[in-house]
Amino acid sequence: MIDLEFVINTLSLGSLYALLALGLVLVYGILKLVNFAYGEYVMVGGYALYIAATLLGMPWYVTLVIAVLAAVVVSYLTELVAFRPVRNKSANAQIITSFAVSIFLQNVVLILISSRARAVQLPFFFSKTVTIAGATTPVRNLLIIAVTAVLLVTLSVVMKKTVLGMAMRAASDKFTTTRLMGVPANLVISAAFLISGLLAGVASIFWVSRSASVDPLTGAAPLLIAFIAVVIGGMHSTVGAVVGGFVYGLIFNLLSITLPASMISYRDAFMFVLVVLFLLFRPAGIIKGGYTEERVG
Amino acid sequence: MSVMTRVSALVRRHSTLAILLVPLIVAGIAVNTFGSQLLIDMYTYFCVSLCMVFAVQMFMGNSGILSWTHIGFVGIGAYAAGILSTAPAVKSMGVPNMYPMLVDLNLPVLPSILIGGLVAAAVAAVIGYPLMRLSDFAGVITLFATLIVIHVVMTQWDNVTNGPRTFFGVPDWTTITVGIIAAILVILLAYWFRESALGLRLRATRDDRYAAAAIGIDMVLVRYLTFVVSALVAGIAGGLWAHYITSFSPKAFYMSEMFLLLSMLVIGGSGSISGAFSGTVIVTVARELLRQLESWINNAHVLSFEVYGLTELVMALLMVLVLVWRPGGVIGGQELRWPLIKRSGKDTTPAEEGQAAA
Repeated sequence: MIDLEFVINTLSLGSLYALLALGLVLVYGILKLVNFAYGEYVMVGGYALYIAATLLGMPWYVTLVIAVLAAVVVSYLTELVAFRPVRNKSANAQIITSFAVSIFLQNVVLILISSRARAVQLPFFFSKTVTIAGATTPVRNLLIIAVTAVLLVTLSVVMKKTVLGMAMRAASDKFTTTRLMGVPANLVISAAFLISGLLAGVASIFWVSRSASVDPLTGAAPLLIAFIAVVIGGMHSTVGAVVGGFVYGLIFNLLSITLPASMISYRDAFMFVLVVLFLLFRPAGIIKGGYTEERVG
Repeated sequence: MSVMTRVSALVRRHSTLAILLVPLIVAGIAVNTFGSQLLIDMYTYFCVSLCMVFAVQMFMGNSGILSWTHIGFVGIGAYAAGILSTAPAVKSMGVPNMYPMLVDLNLPVLPSILIGGLVAAAVAAVIGYPLMRLSDFAGVITLFATLIVIHVVMTQWDNVTNGPRTFFGVPDWTTITVGIIAAILVILLAYWFRESALGLRLRATRDDRYAAAAIGIDMVLVRYLTFVVSALVAGIAGGLWAHYITSFSPKAFYMSEMFLLLSMLVIGGSGSISGAFSGTVIVTVARELLRQLESWINNAHVLSFEVYGLTELVMALLMVLVLVWRPGGVIGGQELRWPLIKRSGKDTTPAEEGQAAA
């Protein structure tokens, strides 16, 4: 049961989930904002892919860039238009705002495109299969592992070595003190949303490639996955989010092969019971972050 | 003090209730006498919405915790009441897989609705205590996760709920009179609860949990008790809703409906009874107008394509605008009092000014 194919599947699923979780936790770390609109960045990326590839028939490398850019732009715009004005308001006001943004974006595509799923044309090599040491797997599974590895290394270099990265890490520890040191709040927060959008955009390509279609509710599942992964891994550190993503991928695959067929439909409920248990017995998650303020504001 | 002075002092003290309940009753009687059937149905629905909103308000307004779970309790109440009051013949036809024991159950409507509330409260009592220990991010996520668990169970347990398919044949019992009476009772309960010992302690934990703990308030306990009581009210509201709508599926108790309830609370202001009431009025009216507009646009072919989702889109925009403009809601944390317009200065108590700021 646990063979190379299982390992590759788990690694690729875990990579995807790690990207999703990391994008969510970057914004949470600084703003203490639970961004319910995060899933919609993935949906927007998917629709950009649909418009560029299926409708306009652009070459595949252009479509991928457009998908990522669309998610980045929408992420930035939501910060500018919706989250910035409520930044100093209560936590509940921020959460409700993010949920309203999510509903808004869903209904925009509902009105402008359609409520029905649209087929997305993906690069031809995505669904080709290769055989490594007896394990057969689609190319996209290997691609997501490679892309995630590159992104994680780049991101950790940026966070550790550049001034902006250090400012962001400092801001997620103590936002007020960081501002007193002369770091502009808007810059740090915008950077967090841009990176968050970038990760969501990259994840959207691989998320959409699994079903090769996109609909207005595409964002719901990635959002929930990111929530679970963040809770399992630890919501106060970026390392925790990545670990959480991989652990979630592993648990999900294990549940898929071990649960009896009659219980498989309860798999989501199992996952969320796990989340609740995790929060109760280890609220800090697997990786315990450093000291954090309760909220900005 | 003469009797008259006492009565007038009482009325003055509770003028908030008069400001809210008198229009509710007068408008209800007017609608019932002169309104069309459609208007009567809408008013009944409005009254049931009030019950749901105040169930959430009791918990969220006083504890400051954003609850996603309450629509799940509404659903539990609706299914429990529906299963109890629906005729066995209808159930055996409509829900083929139902446990025989449940098929045979049959009670009059009112006890069914009350038992439905108790079932919801029992579920809340079982799952609630650990959840109440969490605040902030963790609290929001767990309550959100709890709603998803309740939803998955509702859609999968087809021996009880008929799964994702429609549960139908619930007797039509919730008339406009029932709706108004229920709304009045729930508003009175929420009003009384806010000023009760438990409500005051809960509000203290909301405003400063460490100060509250320092004067000996057990935060988890007061949250837990309120959670159970508000689940009871939510369950009863669900039963009323089930006997108004008569057929429903688990979809009716999920995120978009919870978002609607939260938007009613947030737009009006969850901190006060007046705020929750006004929010429900504003959202109900705005939603109905937008729906009319949407169907008018689609029927008159003003645009070359059909617009679905316009209502939700504008509601979401409205909500962000209200949050930016008045994060405490249109009414804020203060209650409406007679006289509505003061000549000079505010004569609110310090506690209420604190809430308005929060």
